[in-house]
Amino acid sequence: MSSSDLLSVAPVLIISVWAILLLLLDLFIKNKGLTASLAAAGVAAALVVVIVRFGSDQVAFSGMIVADTFSDFLQIVILITALLGIAVAYDYLRRMNMERGEYYTLMLFTVAGMLLMSLAGDLILIFLAIELLSVPLYVLSGFARPEKGSEEAAMKYFILGAFSSAFLVYGIALIFGSTGTTNMAGVAASIAGNHANLTLLTIAIPMLLVGLGFKVAAVPFHMWTPDVYQGAPSAAVAFMSVGAKVAGFAALLRIFVSALPELSQTWGPVVVAISAATMIWGNVAAIAQSNIKRMLAYSSIAHAGYILMALAAAADPSVSEEAVSAALFYLFAYLFSNLGAWTVVLALERSEGRGLLIEDYAGLGRRRPALALAMAIFMLSLIGVPPTVGLIGKFLLFRVTIDAGLTGLAIVGVVTSLISAYFYLGVVIKMYMGTGEPESRSEGWLNRSAGLTALVTFLLGVLPGPILILARSSGFLTP
Amino acid sequence: MEAWILSLVTFFPVVGAMLLLFIRKEREAAIRWAALMTAVVTFLLSLLMLSGFDSSDPDLQMVVRLPWFSIGDLQIEYFLGVDGLSILLVLLTTFLTVLSIISTWTAIVERVREFMIFFLLLETGMVGVFLGMDLFLFYVFWEFTLVPMYFLIGVWGGERRMYAAIKFFLYTMAGSIFMLLAIIWLGLEGGTFSVPDLIEAQAIPGNLQFWLFLAFAAAFAIKVPMWPLHSWLPDAHVEAPTAGSVILAGVLLKMGTYGFLRFNLGLFPEASIRLAPWVALFAVIGIIYGAAVAYAQKDVKKLVAYSSVSHLGFVMLGLFALNIQGLQGGIVQMINHGLSTGALFLIVGMLYERRHTRDMDAFGGLWRVMPIYAGLTLIVVLSSMGLPGLNGFVGEFTILIGSFGSEAIGSVWFTIVAVVGVILAAVYMLYMFQKLFLGPLDNDKNKVLLDINRREIFTLVPIVILIFWIGLYPRPFFGLTEASVAKVVELVSSAAITMR
Repeated sequence: MSSSDLLSVAPVLIISVWAILLLLLDLFIKNKGLTASLAAAGVAAALVVVIVRFGSDQVAFSGMIVADTFSDFLQIVILITALLGIAVAYDYLRRMNMERGEYYTLMLFTVAGMLLMSLAGDLILIFLAIELLSVPLYVLSGFARPEKGSEEAAMKYFILGAFSSAFLVYGIALIFGSTGTTNMAGVAASIAGNHANLTLLTIAIPMLLVGLGFKVAAVPFHMWTPDVYQGAPSAAVAFMSVGAKVAGFAALLRIFVSALPELSQTWGPVVVAISAATMIWGNVAAIAQSNIKRMLAYSSIAHAGYILMALAAAADPSVSEEAVSAALFYLFAYLFSNLGAWTVVLALERSEGRGLLIEDYAGLGRRRPALALAMAIFMLSLIGVPPTVGLIGKFLLFRVTIDAGLTGLAIVGVVTSLISAYFYLGVVIKMYMGTGEPESRSEGWLNRSAGLTALVTFLLGVLPGPILILARSSGFLTP
Repeated sequence: MEAWILSLVTFFPVVGAMLLLFIRKEREAAIRWAALMTAVVTFLLSLLMLSGFDSSDPDLQMVVRLPWFSIGDLQIEYFLGVDGLSILLVLLTTFLTVLSIISTWTAIVERVREFMIFFLLLETGMVGVFLGMDLFLFYVFWEFTLVPMYFLIGVWGGERRMYAAIKFFLYTMAGSIFMLLAIIWLGLEGGTFSVPDLIEAQAIPGNLQFWLFLAFAAAFAIKVPMWPLHSWLPDAHVEAPTAGSVILAGVLLKMGTYGFLRFNLGLFPEASIRLAPWVALFAVIGIIYGAAVAYAQKDVKKLVAYSSVSHLGFVMLGLFALNIQGLQGGIVQMINHGLSTGALFLIVGMLYERRHTRDMDAFGGLWRVMPIYAGLTLIVVLSSMGLPGLNGFVGEFTILIGSFGSEAIGSVWFTIVAVVGVILAAVYMLYMFQKLFLGPLDNDKNKVLLDINRREIFTLVPIVILIFWIGLYPRPFFGLTEASVAKVVELVSSAAITMR
């Protein structure tokens, strides 16, 4: 281990050390706003470090850590998500009478897990990271204790999560049995050199897909999503709906594209099927929802399906780099559109779970024009209508999918986008064309977050250039 | 001037819309004037564009071409240009926007500021569709027009506005998603999204042209709307506020026919030739069907809406005649339809504002109480049914000459049936006129109606002037389109030669 090895994991170190310190400091802090600010400061420091070291590829800790532009890009996405997650949680927790300092500490721990996930070059580390990010998330889901819904959400998430982790470990074990290593570069080399036992690997691949498919909420491993999203405190959902998905895709892309490229004939068709099923079921089921949290849960399932299109396309080695950068750009776009939409949900939620029906949004266009406009932008972006970043993101995904020869999958993608227009526009219709007097308080950090995310969603729709260049330079996975 | 004029015409309405945000929403008069001034300036800018236009040049003019962003190796450009295919449509858009805004003066009283903002954004979208020469940029404008129109129908529309708005959005989007896939495919194969470059290359093999043609046609045929994809149109029209209907009929539908003209004919000439008889068949069915259904309506606005289906059938028939007369007639007929149907919707709107009904049975004998209104309506009605000396005749006649001599369509029967459509147009239009204006003035509510005021006259008179102008002296209008049309026709006929 050298000091440069430490530099490669510096963001993780900063966040974890800071989390432990904050856990102690919080005992002496009365004003929880200070805890929130301190947590945000830690995240910001990590963000600065990532940005400073961006572009310097490095394999550290004997291949355990791979710090390349791919991981840098994902770390930036995760850390921005964390910053926004803290910002929206502050007002929400106070209003809902659950302002406890542990919330921010738990968030920092899960962020550390997510960062580690994007840096992992070894399957063991993937498992470690997934546990580090999941356990605090289980707790955050139950944070509204003693509310029954929240407790149920935590329990469900924990049991199913543990179950899916077991699959993942089994998959990793089989890969180790087959190739004699857990290092991803080693796995790839072993397969390429014909030293691996292909039967074991063929069993391992579905196991990995189950374990990680659960994390990103892909059909048919999505069952937990609506219930957990509905029961868990909305602020935690806002954060994890992006964070956990980004981390899950970090692992999916890293494992399948850099460790198992030789077997793309095997996993490619499976991913195509999962992607299509996820897009179809996520969007169709969302139509039937009357609760906005459940609707956004299905929407997040659907978007996992869209991003999986990129993984399916990455099975074709000639477009895999393009496909990875399309997925990265989409995650960046999704961060703002989706977290923004959740911010509006947070602003309208009232105690005892009121204000969560799509009905309750009637008249928002008159009552809170700016907030309604922001929500309209998020909805349009999630559909993929110009001038929002959602269109650019989907355009990239469809492009790589067609380029990889998967025209059928691209057609599923556009048709489900059309279906999604129905329920996303349902919210817009209610806001602008319904009559009602929605109650919502205007709170500083929620307003700022909604405004910022809406602005980025729009601006990236008009001028996506810089982020596209960044995503393109991050599409190459260090072998 | 060359470089910035098109950007200015396209985006000036956005500038105006932004300014509106700074006017307090209670100051409705100021908002109306500011919006009107924005539209007027945009119109003047488009006239400036016209003054710099060289009608003998068939290629794109006043081109602005800058890199926008790149996806992989594909450069997506901010690429605007105007030629004979689009210049009249741009002028029509800016012209009708001015009149539409004037027509809302007393009709829109709620949320005036938002209305005007959406209206101006819509103008930018429409102009962008006609000027965008990069496929992706075109798609962005194309899809963007849905958003403001969706709000215009949904917020300021009639009773079933929510249903109509979402139907409009989903129906149109259903077509355009396939176009998006085709655009991506073209970009990947051709290595560029630039429309003139792709047309120049002519590198798409014939069997693939068929599928790409269909993907583009899905988007355009819904927009036109061609029978049997028209069912969103009556709902959207009936529920939309007057100004929305004017723009919808006047400009948005032309985006579909323009799309066929610019993209389908240019990019897929072989498929166009092969499919021309089919397009002509659907066009002719649309002509007859639209006319028949229009005649069956009790609601004046629905009647006018269905008449659009019929009229645009003529435009499609002309375009797919694939010869000079057909194309030129098609373009001029697009303008004619925009003027006369736009005017008809304004006329219906004036009546609705006074009586709050559009049921034809509630009227009769209006000639006596509203003579000016009746006189102007008569001119518009006669123009719409194609009376010689007025604009409709010029367009339809040219189209019929074109389709009669068309090799691509291959049968004179289409023309013969279309002529029947001309007669049917006279039937339903005169029927409507008779129901409203002639007969006894027996309804008491109608006896106290006031004739149209100066503002309302002012919205109709410019259209009437153009109706006469195109009807009596159409040469300048044909002249603007001639060179570009000849280029398209030449392209298609050279494709026809390679096919043999």
